[in-house]
Amino acid sequence: MFDVAVIGAGVMGCSTALFLARAGMKVVLLDRGAICREASGVNAGTLTMQMTRAALIPYALRAHEMWLRMPEWCDGGHVLATGCPGLSVAFTEHEAAMLEERAHFRRQAGAPIELVTPARAREIEPGLSDRVIAAGHCPIDGFTSAYLTGRAFRPALLNAGVELRENCGVHGIKPGFAVETAAGVVQAKRIVLAGGVWLQDMAAWLGVTLPIKVLVNQLVVTERMPQVMRTVLGVASGLLSLKQYANGSVLIGGGWQGIGDRARGGLAVKPESFLGNVRLAAHTVPALRDARVVRAWLGLEAETADALPAIGPIPGIDDAWIIGSVHSGYTSGPYLGKLLAQAICGEAPELPLFPIDRLLAQEKAA
Amino acid sequence: MIYDIAVLGGGPAGMAAAAEAAQRGARVVLLEESAAPGGQVYRAPPAGFTVPPDADSRAGDALRATLRQSGAEVRTGCRVWGVGGGPLVPMDTQAAPFRLDALAPDGQSFAVQARALVLCAGTHERIIAFPGWTLPGVLGLAAATILLKAHGMLPGRRVVVAGAGPLLYAVAAKLLKAGAEVPAVVDLAHSREWARALPALAVRPDLLARGLLWRAQMLARGVRVVSGARIAAAAGGEALERVLVGDTWIDCDALCIGHGLVPATEATRAFRAAHRYAAEAGGWVPVLDGDQRCSVPFLYAAGDGAGVRGAAAAPASGRLAVLAALHDLGMLPDHAGARAAPARDFARAAKAGGAMARMMALRPALVQAIPPETIVCRCEGVTRAEIEAACADGAADMNQMKQFTRCGMGPCQGRLCGETAAELVAMHCGGRERAGFATGRLPLRPVAMDALLGDFDYADIPVPNAAPI
Repeated sequence: MFDVAVIGAGVMGCSTALFLARAGMKVVLLDRGAICREASGVNAGTLTMQMTRAALIPYALRAHEMWLRMPEWCDGGHVLATGCPGLSVAFTEHEAAMLEERAHFRRQAGAPIELVTPARAREIEPGLSDRVIAAGHCPIDGFTSAYLTGRAFRPALLNAGVELRENCGVHGIKPGFAVETAAGVVQAKRIVLAGGVWLQDMAAWLGVTLPIKVLVNQLVVTERMPQVMRTVLGVASGLLSLKQYANGSVLIGGGWQGIGDRARGGLAVKPESFLGNVRLAAHTVPALRDARVVRAWLGLEAETADALPAIGPIPGIDDAWIIGSVHSGYTSGPYLGKLLAQAICGEAPELPLFPIDRLLAQEKAA
Repeated sequence: MIYDIAVLGGGPAGMAAAAEAAQRGARVVLLEESAAPGGQVYRAPPAGFTVPPDADSRAGDALRATLRQSGAEVRTGCRVWGVGGGPLVPMDTQAAPFRLDALAPDGQSFAVQARALVLCAGTHERIIAFPGWTLPGVLGLAAATILLKAHGMLPGRRVVVAGAGPLLYAVAAKLLKAGAEVPAVVDLAHSREWARALPALAVRPDLLARGLLWRAQMLARGVRVVSGARIAAAAGGEALERVLVGDTWIDCDALCIGHGLVPATEATRAFRAAHRYAAEAGGWVPVLDGDQRCSVPFLYAAGDGAGVRGAAAAPASGRLAVLAALHDLGMLPDHAGARAAPARDFARAAKAGGAMARMMALRPALVQAIPPETIVCRCEGVTRAEIEAACADGAADMNQMKQFTRCGMGPCQGRLCGETAAELVAMHCGGRERAGFATGRLPLRPVAMDALLGDFDYADIPVPNAAPI
């Protein structure tokens, strides 16, 4: 009998499991595939405040520090986290107004974003296009290599005594809890659902209807190239994330949509999304014209009806918890797992959770 | 316009496929990356070059002539970077026409759409890593044939030829003819393996005779043929200076080496077709029925890209694929009658090709012999030891190993390192089937951003609605 079964070994599940185990609980962490192989391993690794929803800024700021100091709390595990300034830019008056409004909300939430002139923006980022008419500057920004996330968490999880069962798909949960897997039933006093876009299916095991929308986010990476930029760049609308890694490759994202779904995963890049995304990137950093694109891929991001997270107890079922559907969830992930672990251990979390009652109520009303 | 059939790749399979389709009245387009159709074995020299005719060039010219006369639309010099449509559509929508996105020789982007897609993508060469394999002067057997056949160029003055399969002797013979010194041919196969292959080769006396002629030329020129041996190391300062065979260092300024051919499955992987691991056919291949149909409706694979069977077998498999496509499209009433001859031709040629493919199959002993500090992924500088450390850290398949190490993330897109890395992962996780393969990704080839972008106005970028604040 485990104290907790965490289902889903992405960044949310890994972080929750790690902090639960360190608090003394006997934890099993189950995943139908390999650790951090879905969204947590294929996302853009952006640690930006300027794409984070205002309500999540306090969490993202704390998580930003956790990512940068990951080796200290994760037994040396790391994701090559790099801190640097971030700029969100506008090319039109409409975008400049949006930039101002959004910077205001995020500043109120604690992100130190200031609006700067195009000249100042190009001092901060010499690679920037001269067509920029305004920019939001946040000194707290950065990025990770998300593909290292599973490797970073794994040793710490094992050291903390977490029983990690990869390639162990769960297909149902009976009260008590009996977690049914292909390799037999796992008994646990508590359960945590941490299944990303598959939270909708997981909630259904418990008879809970929790609609989760699936975003099929596209990413594009270039070959290594000489340095063309040194900050994290975005645009006012949030539809671009751009950074250059130490090895010279440039990662282009921003949530352009490809073809895919829960059942089949990320299936195919849409040519028009692919072209639009790289054009926006090259419009922002003109030197990208000299790059060669080497790979594009897709990752699935979960979104609730109000696009705010689902983190907290599952109403009506004692000792059942849920964590996920966090916009830019990778950025805030390690801190959110830590908060949920505090709540499960009976402590008051440092910052409030995002209980899902509101989403279930909406469902009933509909 | 939507074509009936698009053929990707203009080697012997693709040329025969497109010609057959056009002759039977289908609207067909063939897309080929090189300046002229031909593929690797029947590669045409570039414009302005002439090379003395031989059996290969004559066979290639015949296929090219048939293709030309067929009236099939042939677009050469086109780099196809994107595949889509078919099954790659949103849930609950009908399968779409297939779509190929490509760059024309002038750098312009274009796309073609077709109701059926025949993939004749050929192979890439397998080179299992060994110390020094990344030195300048070490090149693939296939690369050497391009230099020699299409450009009349020698890769070096004193050239060691090593690896597996008939290409070894073809390259050595061409090097000698072109005036190079060949101090040694180092064949992984023992003489008895060649002896075992002879009965299968007997169905193709022309190929057999040519092979024997090559061997005779080696002997006459005093070339040392070392059987059942491998290159243990290559060494030099700025470039290759010598290679180690057994305990003997051989001085040379070029090493042409190849350990077999690997079917190019980039497109079938991108379409999520079913694959199986078939070491004797070169590695992972799409699952096909007897008429080259993939598991995805209206998708077909032919030639060595569908499993290595050699250039001689490729045209028949291309014709089989197109006949199946025409039948599936409702454009061929007598499929059974039409397929009989190519099916027979394919079976006969595939027997000899299969014997050669078996000789070129991956030899696990080569991978086992790689020292820990040897680089496996040259794009990203990943060593055997680093791959094994990733496996020890829990990477139990190719995708997770790639994530944990960056092996295969560079410009070769895993073509050069993939086979070595997969064997290393397989040793840890219990076989190539378990190790799997890296998920198919676009672009199929690295593609220049400038060509993709074209000229555009900011207002033309279809930026989606803003994310919520």
